[in-house]
Amino acid sequence: MSFHLALVPRRTVTPLRQFLTPVAALLVAVLIGGAIVALMGKSPVTAFNVFIREPLTDPWAMQEVLLKATPLILIAIGLLFCFRASRWNIGAEGQFLLGGICGGGVAILTHGMSGFWILPLMLIAGAIGGLVYASIPALLRTRFGISEILTSLMLVYIAEFLLDYLVRGPWRDPKGYNFPQSVAFSDSAVLQPLFEGGRLHAGLVLALIAVAVAFVLFRRTLFGFAVSASGDAPRAANFAGFNESRITVLVFLISGALAGLAGVIEVSGQVGQLRPGFGQGLGFTAIIVAFLGRLSPVGAALSAIVIAVLLIGAESAQVTLKLPFDLTRFFMGLLLMCVLLGETLNRYRLEIRRDGA
Amino acid sequence: MSISSGKFASITLGAFALALGLASPAMAQEKLKVGFIYVGPVGDFGWSYQHDVGRKAIEAAFPGKVETTFIENVPEADSERSIEQLARTGHKLIFTTSFGYMEPTLKVAKKYPNVMFEHATGFKREKNVSTYSAKFHEGRFIIGKIAGKLTKSNTIGYVGSMPIPEVVAGINAFYLGAKSVNPDVKIKVAWAFDWFNPGKEGDAAKALMDQGADIITQHTDSPAPLQQAAARGKYAFGQASDMSKFAEKNILTSIIDNWAPYYVERTRAVLEGKWQSQDVFDGLAKGKVVMGPYVNMPDDVKKLAMETEEGIRTGKIDPFTCPIIAQDGKAVECKDGKLNDGQIASMNFYVQGIEGTIPK
Repeated sequence: MSFHLALVPRRTVTPLRQFLTPVAALLVAVLIGGAIVALMGKSPVTAFNVFIREPLTDPWAMQEVLLKATPLILIAIGLLFCFRASRWNIGAEGQFLLGGICGGGVAILTHGMSGFWILPLMLIAGAIGGLVYASIPALLRTRFGISEILTSLMLVYIAEFLLDYLVRGPWRDPKGYNFPQSVAFSDSAVLQPLFEGGRLHAGLVLALIAVAVAFVLFRRTLFGFAVSASGDAPRAANFAGFNESRITVLVFLISGALAGLAGVIEVSGQVGQLRPGFGQGLGFTAIIVAFLGRLSPVGAALSAIVIAVLLIGAESAQVTLKLPFDLTRFFMGLLLMCVLLGETLNRYRLEIRRDGA
Repeated sequence: MSISSGKFASITLGAFALALGLASPAMAQEKLKVGFIYVGPVGDFGWSYQHDVGRKAIEAAFPGKVETTFIENVPEADSERSIEQLARTGHKLIFTTSFGYMEPTLKVAKKYPNVMFEHATGFKREKNVSTYSAKFHEGRFIIGKIAGKLTKSNTIGYVGSMPIPEVVAGINAFYLGAKSVNPDVKIKVAWAFDWFNPGKEGDAAKALMDQGADIITQHTDSPAPLQQAAARGKYAFGQASDMSKFAEKNILTSIIDNWAPYYVERTRAVLEGKWQSQDVFDGLAKGKVVMGPYVNMPDDVKKLAMETEEGIRTGKIDPFTCPIIAQDGKAVECKDGKLNDGQIASMNFYVQGIEGTIPK
């Protein structure tokens, strides 16, 4: 006689359960991770301190965590609009790059000048760059019915090559020995640190504003409702008079503008010049962030911080514990798996059934 | 949001402490901490691996006196934090081992004036930032001669990484070496636009062989091009480390980066309080570039290779001996009968005879 496991949907999920699941997932991940570290002959307590406690308590590390989380939050908030409406923008990375290119372009063209107007102009240029770039897959979908998944993803590669072309060609630093990068931005084009000695800049404030605005939009406005409705029940949304094409375009524009803003913020506040690879895959990581945060604005912000903590903690682990980098990737995968598993068990019950029954 | 005002207050306080220098514990009696930033994984068996060999040499040379740390896989565009991570944890000598770490290294160096930095392959220096590089093109001149002798199709495939001066100079030196023994030789260059990307590197090697190349050489960091060549029974060269174990029957030799003597020397300078900012560009003569064993080739070719190596080491042979004619037919400006270090370090032209253009 043999048995198999079956997933049976739960009728109701209590709010308490909703809240406890990610906490439990985190705990399980920490326990498994600790066991692995112990097997490697290191103290799991020290590892916990380095990986999780220090990034959340040490002032320098906290700043770095928030700095790392800033672009992730901005991009993920934009993606929420798309994903809630079941429009699959996979190309935030490209919109991020375009934002950096347009904003960075302003910095390069105004190089050597100073003025309070340069930074705002860069931010606006970046947001517009991302917005325009995101409008391409949106219009291709509404006009020709082409899958936005493919087009938005393909546009990432085009953006990468555009960046490559610019920093090897017209925007290459003339004194840079042919190396593929632009000049280092003037001070007026750099988001200055908020606190002496650290690197955290005003980009975080913009990210927090985005979280708040998204929160209000989804909770309190018809537009937010229309977005979610068109994702959950497209036919019903149609009957209710929400225009499907208009929603597609709007969610893509919002998403692109925020990704573009994130791009120019990263270029100005963190990198300080245009160079290949400034995207760092943040646009893709933000997809994980959005889903890890269950498509809610506050959840996205929190999960961006969790990812950033792991990244910063991983670096400290290499320095203080001499643990290999691969362990970090392992922890990230472990955490994601635990959260997804928790989410599944939240919605389904496991039942052991006898075969043939 | 999970950030309370209390946490923000502690950020401010902490930043204040940092500014006062309270947060960086560094006692003179403690072991000297030496840090490394690697662009790839230490297991790339190429560039980063060889820097790590240098790191281990420091530990072996000063037992009990030094402690070394490395952070691997650090993306160039997001490296400032990693470099600062080392500086603020009491590392007094920090090697940043890729060109793209230049601006971040300078930024962190400005913030930590008492920490000494060594940036590989860059050109911007400060009071506490040295730069160092190696004349890899010397090795490429030698393997150019070997390839020129051995090729039957008179076509050699070259897997390039980034079209920066170091790589362009390598292509030129290789071609000049090959042409000196085989006037009919042609080289084809395929760019991976990456330093370490086994998939792309291997594809580039395959494409070159499809175009008739019967010998493959590479300026990328993984053994993939060598392995692809071996899979088709073609000859190839190892890069950065002795890669013979990846293709024993098809490797001709390797150009080995040997950072160990330099790293030991610079660590000693810090220990003795004699460290000063400098720019070092040397090669075979100082042992920073080392050739692997010459194998899988006839004795006369092996002899030629060894004589060339000896000639470069003793200064009798220089790969860039004038006249050097650029692709456009004009002779390159030349004093002392050879190109100077500055011209080599900023080279952005192909020599006459190489087809195609440098990607812009």
